[in-house]
Amino acid sequence: MTLLEVRDLTVTYPNGAAAVRGVDLSLDSGSKLGVAGESGCGKSTLALALLRLLPAGTEVGGEILLDGEDVLKMRWGQVRAVRWAGASIVFQGAMHSLNPVHRVGDQIAEPILLHGGAGAAAARKRTGELLEQVGLPTARARAYPHELSGGQRQRVMIAMALACDPKLVIADEPTTALDVMIQAQILRLIEQLVSEQELGLIMISHDLAVLADTCDRLAVMYAGRVVEEGPARAVYEDALHPYGKALSGAFPRIGDPASRFAPRGLPGDPPDPSDLPSGCTFHPRCPVALDGCEVEDQWLREGAPGRRAACVHVGAAVRSTT
Amino acid sequence: MVSEAVTAPVARARRPRTGTGYPRYVAAKAGGAVVSLLAVLVTGFFLFRLIPGDPVKTMTGGRPVSAEQLAAYRREFGLDLPLWHQFTDYCGKALTGDLGTSYQFRTPVIDKITEALPNTLLLTGTAFVLYTALGMWLGTRSAWRHGKLGDRLNTGLALTLYSVPSFWLGLLLIIVFAVGLGPIPGLFPTGGMESGGKEGFAYVVDVAHHLVLPVITLVAVEYGQTLLVTRSALLDEMGSDYLTTARAKGLRDDLVRRRHAVPNALLPTVTLVFVNLGRTVAGVILVETVFSWPGLGGLFYQALSVPDLPLVQGLFLVFASAVIVMNTLADLIYPLLDPRVGR
Ligand SMILES: Nc1ncnc2c1ncn2[C@@H]1O[C@H](COP(=O)(O)OP(=O)(O)OP(=O)(O)O)[C@@H](O)[C@H]1O
Ligand code: SF4
Ligand SMILES: [Mg+2]
Repeated sequence: MTLLEVRDLTVTYPNGAAAVRGVDLSLDSGSKLGVAGESGCGKSTLALALLRLLPAGTEVGGEILLDGEDVLKMRWGQVRAVRWAGASIVFQGAMHSLNPVHRVGDQIAEPILLHGGAGAAAARKRTGELLEQVGLPTARARAYPHELSGGQRQRVMIAMALACDPKLVIADEPTTALDVMIQAQILRLIEQLVSEQELGLIMISHDLAVLADTCDRLAVMYAGRVVEEGPARAVYEDALHPYGKALSGAFPRIGDPASRFAPRGLPGDPPDPSDLPSGCTFHPRCPVALDGCEVEDQWLREGAPGRRAACVHVGAAVRSTT
Repeated sequence: MVSEAVTAPVARARRPRTGTGYPRYVAAKAGGAVVSLLAVLVTGFFLFRLIPGDPVKTMTGGRPVSAEQLAAYRREFGLDLPLWHQFTDYCGKALTGDLGTSYQFRTPVIDKITEALPNTLLLTGTAFVLYTALGMWLGTRSAWRHGKLGDRLNTGLALTLYSVPSFWLGLLLIIVFAVGLGPIPGLFPTGGMESGGKEGFAYVVDVAHHLVLPVITLVAVEYGQTLLVTRSALLDEMGSDYLTTARAKGLRDDLVRRRHAVPNALLPTVTLVFVNLGRTVAGVILVETVFSWPGLGGLFYQALSVPDLPLVQGLFLVFASAVIVMNTLADLIYPLLDPRVGR
């Protein structure tokens, strides 16, 4: 059953930055979708848009069907009811995403009390269970965020995201700030919890290798659009789009932070969303660009069964992959 | 000036980070306060010797007096002794709580002060509670809707009142609401603390009636600073990620503000609150004088116009101590309130 269906989503910030420019996504309940792309390509913007968390004055267009209901058409009361109970977010950087002056237990219990209508005692019990699920002793509920390590804070964020049994969890770079050992632990934890509880997961990362390991399907974003989409293994090992190829070549090792802003073998910088290149936005950096790429915009098209990419070469490349 | 008053104590208060640091931190702060108080003691003595005029002449009020009488006065107040001797005397006595004898009232300075202190505390305490609450409330609202019309009106009015001299505003209020102007009848007394002859509940009402105008004056000129500091502290928090988390959880906007943004923003404001309390006690001179309020400020004005040296010195000590003690308290309390600082 389709849990989330995003159609032609566009986001323009008040300063004119077109951060998301027509994204289509679809996620079945219980399945895992990875969203990859360089810094600034609009991954976090996409995540925030799903729960209408973007700053006031931001223009959002398209449709976001969560369980068949368009989040963008909901009244604020409905939106608040969907937040956390329907879909929750593990935010990028747990250091700043937890409130520094509240105990972590209270922060986990807060949405339980808000949405579940549970009493204080029940919420405390549930908080303890959640902490144990993410591998933290129940007593840590009394700690303040600054008393926890980076990995522990991220575990708290995960416990918090699971608090109201949402159908969808969005994890925005849940491991970026952590060292490699802890990254692997956290990833395994998320994977295990999600498959145990049959949750839908959208995992955002700049690291294709991580996503290929964790997710069923993969979407590669460039300059606010999905430029490639398909089964995770296939996209990682044999990308159709030149940008996807560059990205999968960019990470010889999981979680190498140096490669984050400059995928290997890819010259130039990601484009500025308020001043995008004409035609295919990737053409200034594309090693196989044709003359027409400067003028002709590209949209996702079928490249192989279940695989789509936005590039003139797609279609020609299909035969070699089948 | 606003930001200086606030950030300085905060920056200092953030220093203790380890679990064992707090007692040492308290000792250091208390030591610093004692040194400041001693400096005030010394300054107070020499500063007021610079005021021109012979204290004995002012005491006799220009009446013709014989040379013997003058000498007797000088001996009575110890003014015949060399300056350094007067100084050691003054210091020794001050440390035991003896601040000398008032020239004009002929009573111990300490008695005059303890008599007037409760009245000042009543006035400043009432004003302090009101302007702190008002400033924080308006500052929070202003920040949450920053840039909007309400915010601009709010900050504009606060800044205007903040720059109005308190005695001028006090006089204006007296003219309009105490004396009465045109169709406005005189609603409030022009000054003093009580009409006399009242007891029990009637007395309380009478004092409250006298409090209204001076309190309004103080609140009007003081709330602006609290408002601006609260506003900017909250603005600093507004972009924080934990507020996005709070919204993502489905909390209503006012809960996000009250439960998440305000507690973080108010921590720095707490320091300001204490600093203000000390400052208001010391800054009440003009308002008390304008409203003939029988407090320390009015007393200071009387003492200065004589000049009544021991009384001036004593009051100076009290005012300066109020500021020092409150600053120190602010430094000591901040780390206890902020869980990030630890204790
Ligand atoms: N509040 C905002 N106002 C204006 N522009 C913004 C705002 N937030 C983000 N942007 C811009 O939108 C673009 C997409 O930002 P976004 O945070 O979604 O990127 P991202 O893919 O999550 O990057 P990263 O990997 O660094 O997290 C960036 O160019 C960014 O500068
Ligand atoms: S359309 Fe052209 S520029 Fe864009 S990715 Fe394909 S080849 Fe490169
Ligand atoms: Mg991001």
